[in-house]
Amino acid sequence: MNSLIKTSGLGLIATTLPVATFAQDVSAAVPSEVSYILTTILFLIGGFLVFFMACGFAMLEAGLVRSKNVTMQLTKNMGLFGLACIFYYLVGFNLMYPGDAWVVPNLLGSFSPTVLEAVGLSAADADLSYATVGSDFFFQLMFCAATASIVSGAVAERIKLWPFLIFTVILTALIYPIQASWKWGGGFLDQAGFLDFAGSTVVHSVGGWAALAGALILGARIGKYKDGKVIPMVASNLPLATLGTFILWLGWFGFNGGSQLAMGSVGDVADISRIFVNTNAAAAAGAIAAMILTQVIYKKPDLTMILNGALAGLVSITAEPLTPSIGAASIIGAIGGAIVVFGVPFLDRLKIDDVVGAIPVHLFCGIWGTIAVVFTNDEASLGTQLYSIMVVGIFTFVLSGIVWYILKHTMGIRVTEEEEVTGLDQTELGMEAYHIQA
Amino acid sequence: MKLIIATIKPFKLEAVHEALTSAGATGMMVTEIKGYGAQSGHTEIYRGAEYAVNFVPKVRIELVVADALAETIISTIEATAKTGKIGDGKIFVLNVEEAVRVRTGETGADAI
Repeated sequence: MNSLIKTSGLGLIATTLPVATFAQDVSAAVPSEVSYILTTILFLIGGFLVFFMACGFAMLEAGLVRSKNVTMQLTKNMGLFGLACIFYYLVGFNLMYPGDAWVVPNLLGSFSPTVLEAVGLSAADADLSYATVGSDFFFQLMFCAATASIVSGAVAERIKLWPFLIFTVILTALIYPIQASWKWGGGFLDQAGFLDFAGSTVVHSVGGWAALAGALILGARIGKYKDGKVIPMVASNLPLATLGTFILWLGWFGFNGGSQLAMGSVGDVADISRIFVNTNAAAAAGAIAAMILTQVIYKKPDLTMILNGALAGLVSITAEPLTPSIGAASIIGAIGGAIVVFGVPFLDRLKIDDVVGAIPVHLFCGIWGTIAVVFTNDEASLGTQLYSIMVVGIFTFVLSGIVWYILKHTMGIRVTEEEEVTGLDQTELGMEAYHIQA
Repeated sequence: MKLIIATIKPFKLEAVHEALTSAGATGMMVTEIKGYGAQSGHTEIYRGAEYAVNFVPKVRIELVVADALAETIISTIEATAKTGKIGDGKIFVLNVEEAVRVRTGETGADAI
């Protein structure tokens, strides 16, 4: 329901949830100015929670790469976040939410920078049915940045810094906002009845598709696949990876909860509360599913898989965190955790080298979560969900592939063999993360 | 004088240290090492991929002791470090020609 087309969202609540129907009656009694303020607060709090996910991604990736590439991974995370902020302001926001200013109706939004309200906006000049433009922009910007963060983990340890950052610019200025406008900007997928509450497809699978295209064109790390065998390249810092996962888990409450896009009624706060509980349940179930499965299959629990499992649960519940019961949310999350446990070795068999498991977590579970909407939300149609997954997937994968391909054949995207073996920290940055002093 | 080199399982270090001190050892050198013998490594699984751990972590203890004490020290290490499972380690004994205490210039057994 992360959409400007809020009326359809309210209709959904009214038809599917008796409690919410009651709440809508109450909401009429809340002054619109109060509702405007409360929704703005929701966006600001949700926004800084999703902002913190940038830290979560950075720590997760820093922990899962080898110690010789940690500084580079952190540098990429800072760079991509900064660029996402600049380009979502310059192009992205209005491309994603064109209002009535589509260049091509329902397909391509408008190209213009974001403009905020006047200083000291008066209630008379505000659109009291929603929230401030500033809070809306801030909240949505963080989703765009999260999409870019997904890519960096998959292509880690062998990609050059600047080509990666150029890809980030294309992703955050064009690819993400254009496809997001199709759903959340009220474009043709939204009109077709596609449901993606907080972005299993719009955010996570888009990041996953872009990562997959990158990983394919970039190729595997040297020595990863040898004589038909997978050679593990073991994580450098599991405490950091675990911290990053818990930070992402925390940020997700803002990601999904904020996507209610309204907090001006009893129904809205009740829904936001449901979303928090379901989001948490899915993450917990995903982690436990991965823990049990790795114990059963490999005789020992694998922490890196458990971390991926928690994130898999979160991605899986993101398309519909509102309508499931706690039990249903747990099952959706647990299936996500299982997808990751089988998805990671599956990619390895295809010799697609995804350093942190971003593709199984964000792409595979993004698809699963988008399909899972039909199990708990009567408004969803399986056909439309699958159609939308394919439309967004083909658009993102093809366009990303073209960009990666052009970058590869112009400036080159891969470091030399010597640089890769020595480590990007020393060769590209001359700065090591864990500096050992005698 | 004898140089006794023992490779043991790392978790046995404290027990061996205490037992050797009780047995009369006045000093030792300890190094964390990796290696393999009859145990010849094992396999682990990381993110679904099996890999060989060829070099197993061990602790190497080195002591120089007077000839008279050597047998006691060797049997103490053997008794204390033993778990009965593969990978318990080995003890090597070498003759030592000379020892010098740097501070005083004492030589031979007096320097130990």
